[in-house]
Amino acid sequence: MSAPTIDHTLDEILNLAAAHFKVPREKLTPDDDFFKTLGIDSLQALDLLTRLEHHFRIELPDYELQGVSDFRTLANRIQARL
Amino acid sequence: MNEFRGQTLSWQVVNGAIELALHRDPCNEIGSLTLDELEQFAAALPGLAKEAHALIIHSTLKAGFSAGADLRELFQRGQEMERAAALRGVREFLERIHAVMNALDATPLTTIAAVHGVTFGGGFELALVCDIIVADRMARFCFPELRLGLIPGFGGIPRLKRDLGNAVVRDLLLTGRSFNVMKAQQIGLVSQIAAEREALRVARATASQVGKFDRRTAAAAKDFVKPIPYEELKREIDIFCDLYSRPAVEEGLRKFAKNEGVQPYLP
Repeated sequence: MSAPTIDHTLDEILNLAAAHFKVPREKLTPDDDFFKTLGIDSLQALDLLTRLEHHFRIELPDYELQGVSDFRTLANRIQARL
Repeated sequence: MNEFRGQTLSWQVVNGAIELALHRDPCNEIGSLTLDELEQFAAALPGLAKEAHALIIHSTLKAGFSAGADLRELFQRGQEMERAAALRGVREFLERIHAVMNALDATPLTTIAAVHGVTFGGGFELALVCDIIVADRMARFCFPELRLGLIPGFGGIPRLKRDLGNAVVRDLLLTGRSFNVMKAQQIGLVSQIAAEREALRVARATASQVGKFDRRTAAAAKDFVKPIPYEELKREIDIFCDLYSRPAVEEGLRKFAKNEGVQPYLP
């Protein structure tokens, strides 16, 4: 089975983030700073990381997210693990 | 004392299981007050054990099981006294918390950590003294101490080495990365995974099951499979104190305590 496209991965991340943090999906765009758009702190970011790891069935070490704050880069990091 | 309600933790005996609940905001940081109350619990444990077969340790806080040592208190205490006195204070704290951890590790009761959310540093080390770790699906584990120029100081490395392969221990320790419950189960750290907010219920069911067996037999089995690495635990204190005395550690603690560009749960 081939890996999903980066657009598909990005879309799934935005859907999951919108649903979990109760933000309208249409308000989220790939280049948003997710800390600001979702209004989350580092604890909630860790929660998001765990949910994404479960969703995509991957392991994404937190150090790979150092300095990452936008959905597009996050999707690239996840894509590299699929 | 069959029931206790403290400022940082409480305990009671429910259906033959002692339930030790951690409840110090924001995430059960382990400082001097928690240590005082943990010592009270360790002193009460032999008496409690006469009417119980299991011990469950859990947190009532949403953020998680425990974020580990109270680094702000560690920094503040270090600022209030001379360097040599601060180092003596750290050693004394470590020796006291090791005594508590060793008592929990060695109790003949079957011990179960029911963890969720943040299970970091000293909190992770507290879970590691238990015989069985039941983890909520959203639990996350980490030894972040190297980020501060330290090693885990509450007995984490010897107990991790006891339970896991050394290659995995090196990865977790030397990268300081956090990892989820699936990884924790895969490497053999977590034996049971519970749905979100169900870890305590699963731990209670497990405690009920272990209560069906003869206590003396269960204690003998535990003693046989769970040696306590006392010599390595002592060495850990020495290494921690040696590292703590370096200026880089003080700077790391200062940044954390002052919230300077630090996101507490991320690298």
